[in-house]
Amino acid sequence: MPKDSGIGAATRRREDARFLLGSGRYSDDIVLLNQTYAVFARSEVANGIIKTINTSEAEKMPGVIAVFTGDDFVDVGGNPAGWLINSRDGEPMKEPKRPVLAHGKVRHVGDAYAAVIAETEQQARDAAEKINADIMELPAIIDMTSALSGSNYVHDEIETNQCFDWGWIEDNREATDNAIKNAHHVTTLELTNNRLVPNAMEPRCSIADYNAANDDYTLYTTSQNPHLTRLLISAFVLGIPENKLTVVSPDVGGGFGSKIYHYGEEALVLAAAKRIKRPVRWTASRSESFMTDAHGRDHVTKIELALDKDNNFLAFRTETMANVGAYLSNFSTVTPTILHGTLMAGNYSVPNIYVNVKAVFTNTAPVDAYRGAGRPEATYSLERVIDKAALELNLDPIALRRQNFIKSDQFPYVTAAGLNYDVGDYDAIMDRLEHHADIKGFAERKKISEKQGKLRGFGVNSYIEACGIAPSNLIGTLGARVGLYDAATIRVNATGNISVMVGAHSHGQGHETAFPQIVADMLGVDPNNVEIVHGDTSKIPFGMGTYGSRSLAVCGSAIVRGIEKIIAKGKKIAAHMMESTEDNVDFEDGVFSVRGTNKTVSFGDVALKAYIPHNFPIEDIEPGLEETAFYDPQNFTYPAGAYACEVEVDPNTGKVSIERFAAADDFGNIINPMIVEGQVHGGLAQGIGQALLEGCVYNDDGQLISGSYMDYTMPRAADLPSFVVDHTVQTPSTDNPLGVKGCGEAGAIGSPPTVVNAVINALRSAGHDITHIDMPLTPARVWAAMNN
Amino acid sequence: MSNVTMTVNGKTVSGSVEGRTLLVEFIRNDLHLTGTHVGCDTSQCGACAVHVDGKLAKACTMFALEANGSEVSTIEGQANEDGSLNVIQQAFKDHHGLQCGFCTPGMVMAAADLLKTNSKPTELEIREHLEGNICRCTGYHNIVKAILAASGQDVSNIAAE
Repeated sequence: MPKDSGIGAATRRREDARFLLGSGRYSDDIVLLNQTYAVFARSEVANGIIKTINTSEAEKMPGVIAVFTGDDFVDVGGNPAGWLINSRDGEPMKEPKRPVLAHGKVRHVGDAYAAVIAETEQQARDAAEKINADIMELPAIIDMTSALSGSNYVHDEIETNQCFDWGWIEDNREATDNAIKNAHHVTTLELTNNRLVPNAMEPRCSIADYNAANDDYTLYTTSQNPHLTRLLISAFVLGIPENKLTVVSPDVGGGFGSKIYHYGEEALVLAAAKRIKRPVRWTASRSESFMTDAHGRDHVTKIELALDKDNNFLAFRTETMANVGAYLSNFSTVTPTILHGTLMAGNYSVPNIYVNVKAVFTNTAPVDAYRGAGRPEATYSLERVIDKAALELNLDPIALRRQNFIKSDQFPYVTAAGLNYDVGDYDAIMDRLEHHADIKGFAERKKISEKQGKLRGFGVNSYIEACGIAPSNLIGTLGARVGLYDAATIRVNATGNISVMVGAHSHGQGHETAFPQIVADMLGVDPNNVEIVHGDTSKIPFGMGTYGSRSLAVCGSAIVRGIEKIIAKGKKIAAHMMESTEDNVDFEDGVFSVRGTNKTVSFGDVALKAYIPHNFPIEDIEPGLEETAFYDPQNFTYPAGAYACEVEVDPNTGKVSIERFAAADDFGNIINPMIVEGQVHGGLAQGIGQALLEGCVYNDDGQLISGSYMDYTMPRAADLPSFVVDHTVQTPSTDNPLGVKGCGEAGAIGSPPTVVNAVINALRSAGHDITHIDMPLTPARVWAAMNN
Repeated sequence: MSNVTMTVNGKTVSGSVEGRTLLVEFIRNDLHLTGTHVGCDTSQCGACAVHVDGKLAKACTMFALEANGSEVSTIEGQANEDGSLNVIQQAFKDHHGLQCGFCTPGMVMAAADLLKTNSKPTELEIREHLEGNICRCTGYHNIVKAILAASGQDVSNIAAE
């Protein structure tokens, strides 16, 4: 039975009221006394040498207070890559400096080379147009193949456009090659994982406030991880001591990965605020977001699947070129490698896997983790080549998948790509999916579509993902320059209500509602008496923020550990109050009791005693009831699922419409099913957007020709159906105390191949010998495929 | 600079604006009504949607001076008189029709506009009416459900399970 509150309840979100009433507090809503405005001068060319930048005219414009160029930042550090990847030959990756403002060269359209600070935004904008930059345009390096073979470099000092040439797992290479050479059947597919722009609806915004008397700074910024941003600024870029820099991420209007990273604008407003001794603010226009937010995906891949005569999978082998853009964004090197290559077993028992990824610098915006981050790329390659193999061998695509699934009794299962899947039941998930997909009814629906002149196709996939990347010990050996734990401080107030300070950051995920459900269950208190504090480094413990579907598995587990400490201390206090020993005290439903007696004290009484410690054994117990826990998981969590899609294709126009979409996922235990479903819906929309609508396009000159919502097709309400979402298969994770798995990225990972598989199925049903079309499957592409 | 006067959420307000000042800038920066958001610069996303003289309008696509003498209502004027969520707002909360909340004010304003002229819209009519509003979080599923519910229609068949 559904519960009314606590773990498992579809509790309505407490954060909703402020958003619905217009009283959210996003960064751009913050107004500081005496504030000034920054506007950036940005490169209009993809590649060019900065000859001179003349700012004299701009400096004389009305309202202008200061002008900055790259010269002002030559003595400070660069924005670093957070993960060291070594090439197959052991050479470390190339790490060219990423300065606050471009210096010497501009390297992509939108690369900022100067900034104006003025009294009003309009004045700053007018003055920025008066900056006279003499930039000698160079040929743009855009195509990855040409970039690797050419002798023009994005970064002259490294004399190559290859960041690294990575093999995973290098020791498996020969065996994989042999398995493919000797296989009964090999299916080969070349495909592109299209470049995407994350497009959180709130543009990035950063406001810096400097207090000269204290020599300290506050940065309000749109960040998914304020502590990480502070660490990067302090340790690598500006050298501001961490204790002198507070980073506040208030309400944040979506992230999807793009707000994980530290960006140069944050450093610029901080430096400017100190120089002019006034607050400096900057808010991106949507055009700036398109040009400068880290983009996603952009892989070109060849994948081979080898099968034996009984259709058992023998090997997957891939070669991928991954675009990293002009500079290394903070997680741009781990995304196409560890987060991609390790997932290349999918849901399957396959003895040989080898993944090769060459990362390529180009004159485009940096590319980094976007919802799914490497896992959608892995899933798309796998699930497309499996469908193609089913076509070539005339097999049922579901049966082929089921035959090769890792079976529920094989867990824990170590894959040939090196991950240890703890639990799962992929056949049970597929059973749920087949139920919702009503496969028996497809033939009848197809007839109806055909009567209306439409083609109808059915597509299916399976996916696995790895969430809550961990443990720190392991990722350290794989090149991580950070730890990936999280933290929570449980502060029980004297009157018994509770403030929980968390390292995770909520920008749509509903932490303010879901986290109290855990606390309420464990402490037997009303969830309305629990408040979540997040997004302010001066208030919360050092946590790593929210991305990679980690918040609940990692930070939620830190909350559990913190509460366990609270209960342990509470037992000591209660034992004292009841004249017993802590070993004899039990805690259940908010009441401490002495075992075998009728003595009890309530949680509230213990809290009050902790803060009014009269007659308190202060030599044994400290006053107060506040505990902090850091939690470093022992493994990833492995959510898995299967998705099914039915499409109609208009043969006259090539237009694809999604007629039915069903998702069956295993997220382990679920804290709030309403929020989980919402996360799946959003991921599906982004994945369907990738499959049908979205594509970030640079032309050969490096001009961003999909630089606005006029050109870049965002999924709108009429592009999507209502979804059927099922999460009744629940194999609890064995690697965290809640038994939970990540759910935030699943939809975006599983849906693109499902949609493409369905479209290919529809086209083939009309006799078109088509085995693949690259995403996005726009009407033009589908029509062209049908008409050669 | 020119003087501009309008009624916003029932109150008469005035200010001094440049000719190029957008209505959304006047609402956010001069009136400090920050529930109306700016999500794009091409009149596509709908985060800035308000009602001007009873019609749905994108406040990023009007100059403040164009609204001189008009009746403007924003998200801050939508609650019931006692400050509680109105029917549409409550339906968004009940059906999880929002996540990050940034597009939400525009969605609520667009929904109110629809229900004014079409008290029982179909799912398709709702989806088509939202053509000027982009949400990146929800996949629209629960927004559509919330608007159907706000119009008093049964949404049990749209349940996700």
